Amino acid sequence: METFLGLDYPTWWFLVVGGLFSGYAILDGFDFGAGAWHMFFRKNSSRETALKAIDPTWHGNEVWLVIGGGTLFAGFPVFYGTLFSAMYTPFILFLLCIIFRGISIKFRNMEDMSWWRKMWDWSYSISSIMLAFLLGVVLGNILNGMPLDNNYEYTGRGFFEFLNPFSVLVGVTSLALFMMHGAIYLLLKTEGKLYDRIQSFLKWGMVFFIMSYLITTVYGLTFLEHLSQVFKDNKALFIVPLLVFLSIANVPRLASKKQYGWAFIFTSLTIALLLVLVAFELYPRLLLSSGVEKHSITIYNAAASTKTLKIMMGFVAVGGPLVLLYSYFVYRTFWGKVKLDSDESY
Amino acid sequence: MDVEILSRIQFAFTIAFHYIYPPLSIGIGLIMVVFESIYIRTKKKEYEVLAKFWTKIFAITFGVGVVTGIVMEFEFGTNWATYSRYVGDIFGSALAAEGIFAFAIESSALGVLLFGWNRVKPWVHLVATLAVFLGSMFSAVWIVIANSWQQTPAGYHIVGEGMRARAEIVDFWAMVFNPSSVDRLTHVWLGAFLSGTFLILSVHAYYILKGRYVVLSKKAFKITLIVATISSLAQLFTGHQSAEGVSENQPAKLAALEGHFDAKAPADLYLFGWVDKENQEVTGLKVPGGLSFMIHQDFSTPITGLNAFPEEDRPSQVNAVFQFYHIMVAIGMFLIALSLFAVWRWKRGKLFDKKWLLWTFVFTALLPQIANQFGWFAAEMGRQPWVVYGLLRTSDALSKSVQANQVLFSLILFFIVYFILFLLFVYLMNKKIQSGPESEIDFDSTSLNKEISNVISK
Ligand code: HDD
Ligand code: HEM
Ligand code: HEM
Repeated sequence: METFLGLDYPTWWFLVVGGLFSGYAILDGFDFGAGAWHMFFRKNSSRETALKAIDPTWHGNEVWLVIGGGTLFAGFPVFYGTLFSAMYTPFILFLLCIIFRGISIKFRNMEDMSWWRKMWDWSYSISSIMLAFLLGVVLGNILNGMPLDNNYEYTGRGFFEFLNPFSVLVGVTSLALFMMHGAIYLLLKTEGKLYDRIQSFLKWGMVFFIMSYLITTVYGLTFLEHLSQVFKDNKALFIVPLLVFLSIANVPRLASKKQYGWAFIFTSLTIALLLVLVAFELYPRLLLSSGVEKHSITIYNAAASTKTLKIMMGFVAVGGPLVLLYSYFVYRTFWGKVKLDSDESY
Repeated sequence: MDVEILSRIQFAFTIAFHYIYPPLSIGIGLIMVVFESIYIRTKKKEYEVLAKFWTKIFAITFGVGVVTGIVMEFEFGTNWATYSRYVGDIFGSALAAEGIFAFAIESSALGVLLFGWNRVKPWVHLVATLAVFLGSMFSAVWIVIANSWQQTPAGYHIVGEGMRARAEIVDFWAMVFNPSSVDRLTHVWLGAFLSGTFLILSVHAYYILKGRYVVLSKKAFKITLIVATISSLAQLFTGHQSAEGVSENQPAKLAALEGHFDAKAPADLYLFGWVDKENQEVTGLKVPGGLSFMIHQDFSTPITGLNAFPEEDRPSQVNAVFQFYHIMVAIGMFLIALSLFAVWRWKRGKLFDKKWLLWTFVFTALLPQIANQFGWFAAEMGRQPWVVYGLLRTSDALSKSVQANQVLFSLILFFIVYFILFLLFVYLMNKKIQSGPESEIDFDSTSLNKEISNVISK
């Protein structure tokens, strides 16, 4: 197999897709988190401030999902087809929540009636919670493995098969993680009374996350032994879970010192490291067959042709820096605390 | 109902709904760029007002376009898994490129476009507007290339067999410039310009009729009319190019477009008609031998008809394809006639004299929308029974693991959610249009509503 800098092309592409989804989880993650806290704000002005904190940038964050989806389709068509058809119900719900989240933000301030705003506040908050949860549920199912046949087709049946204990646990954990992450983001964007309130939210968020993370880990270690196999085989890799642990531990430490900028970096790092952990648990598999082992989808049997992968590596090499550049420009334009009564036009 | 029919209904419904918005965004985007450039050059306040006003409308169409578009991207995986595996190598790269090059530029610049009026310099803002517009043009590029590849595959070879067969790229540029992509892309772009410009004409004609923002609206109307006239004329040309391409590459589709059954005979061109599939007859107003003439410049050259293809290889809904196609063409002709007529009156200095003409413009906004929808319906239904023309059948392209009750469930949810979405869209558009550009009083003192609008536009 052809290689580039010592890695074969499917592996490169695994890294690209993984990087994009980590980027998506970090960026849209704080939007989901902010949304999940939304209904805990009681005053309209607080809600408005919280919304304004994400308004100019959430759409750019969502594009990471679009690009991630595109690169997954392009790089691993077999996996793309199987995963999304197997996870049909959760994905359709996910898409509907994406719709509601988007239009809630856009439409909320287009009318002055208070019922109108309340309605969109609810739909914004509920869809954000669902999005965070469903992402975790799908990840849980990937880690769990699925029944696949020799054409890599999903053979599971039934509406609710995606809701198994482990996937629900992962779903709750990802919600908790994003809530912690989102609260910190909001702290960077607010001041005054609202800021104080969010500080107390953050305490709860951290407790919620650490509890659910511990439970999920214990459950995983007990019932899903295939996941920890790599680490048993290669002791050096224990560094990864260790880093995850250190990174998580840093969050409460920095939060108690009110160094929220750093805390934000560490929640972002936690998200990335957790996905690195997942990547190690899976690689080179993408989707584990819960029946016959050789029906598993791997980066090799799912990959597009080397030619396509090369062409797209070119796209990424040119497009990636561009995307980062204008994202940076946009974030810089809207840097700093939100001011409510600035005369922005909309 | 079985999974296949449900999935087809769902795909057609969600894409047709999605396609209400992108053309509007692209077309309005173009005119926003025009208004804002004039403002930067002339520093005249009214063009700033126009640019800002249309940006607000744009924000709505864009918002709905985005959320419904994300559904489309993942629906290939959820409902058409076999198809996704089959075309992924070719098609995925187009989608990925779309994300990286088009959507990323579009959405980053959008933040600046909507919220940045007071935060960045005017020329930086213009660059952002331009970036959003070009981004939306580009997103059409990749998606139309992908769709054109399905219509006229090129630059690939097939590897694997049976369920594992799939198409792989051998020549990237041959894939990109497959036989139909250029014709169809230009046709789609112009269709988008038409739907945007005719909406703008409609709104400003309405203001003139109501005696609001009259001075402002006349200026906007004239500028937009120029773009609309050029686009509608050019649309005839690209449409003709497409038809020639179809005759070469998809003869069964061409035969369905004109309801031509005889395996080898000169074909007629209908202005309108009704296809009786049982008796293989078309009744209507026709130019005998007209299709032969359009394609071969000769009234008697035979054209391959539907009967030259086995039953299972030709589109089954001949009459529907025929009607969709003819309505699109009729609308195209009408738009040309209307815009030329308006230009002619403008030359004589009487553009805004006749109420009926302005009212015609108010309602014409719907026609490009209908033409866009029906154009796609004709193109996609004429392609049946193939998903990838000549290679993969629609019935083989499904997700094997998805069950009918799941699709029924999602279909019902989409119906409900999109229905609400559509109501909201119409409501908010109407509201924005009724409340109008912000500062009427500054430059349009002829208006009688001066006092009132002073209160309204707080
Ligand atoms: C990139 C690919 C692509 C693009 C840009 C479009 N389509 Fe399409 N269309 C498909 C790819 C496709 C498909 C996946 O290939 C379908 C699903 C089932 C099928 O036969 O083709 C399809 C089916 C399909 C059908 C159902 C035909 C039938 O079952 O008889 C309709 C009415 C449309 N499409 C309409 C549209 C509209 C209004 C579009 C405007 C944006 C559009 N398509 C763009
Ligand atoms: C099946 C086909 C299609 C798919 C899979 C698809 C996919 C998407 C996706 C994922 C988005 C959201 C991107 C974002 O977040 O900004 C989107 C929006 C958009 N799509 Fe589509 N699309 C399809 C058909 C089309 C066609 C044919 C056109 C071109 C004429 C088009 C033009 C656009 C534009 C301009 C946007 C930006 C939003 C807007 O302007 O309203 N799409 N599409
Ligand atoms: C003026 C006369 C017109 C002619 C002769 C014409 C011709 C055609 C033909 C032959 C196709 C099928 C192409 C294919 O399947 O590959 C097509 C498709 C289409 N048409 Fe038209 N058209 C005309 C006007 C319009 C107008 C006014 C609009 C919209 C405002 C429009 C929008 C579309 C769209 C969106 C498609 C589907 C995309 C595509 O296949 O290119 N057309 N047209």
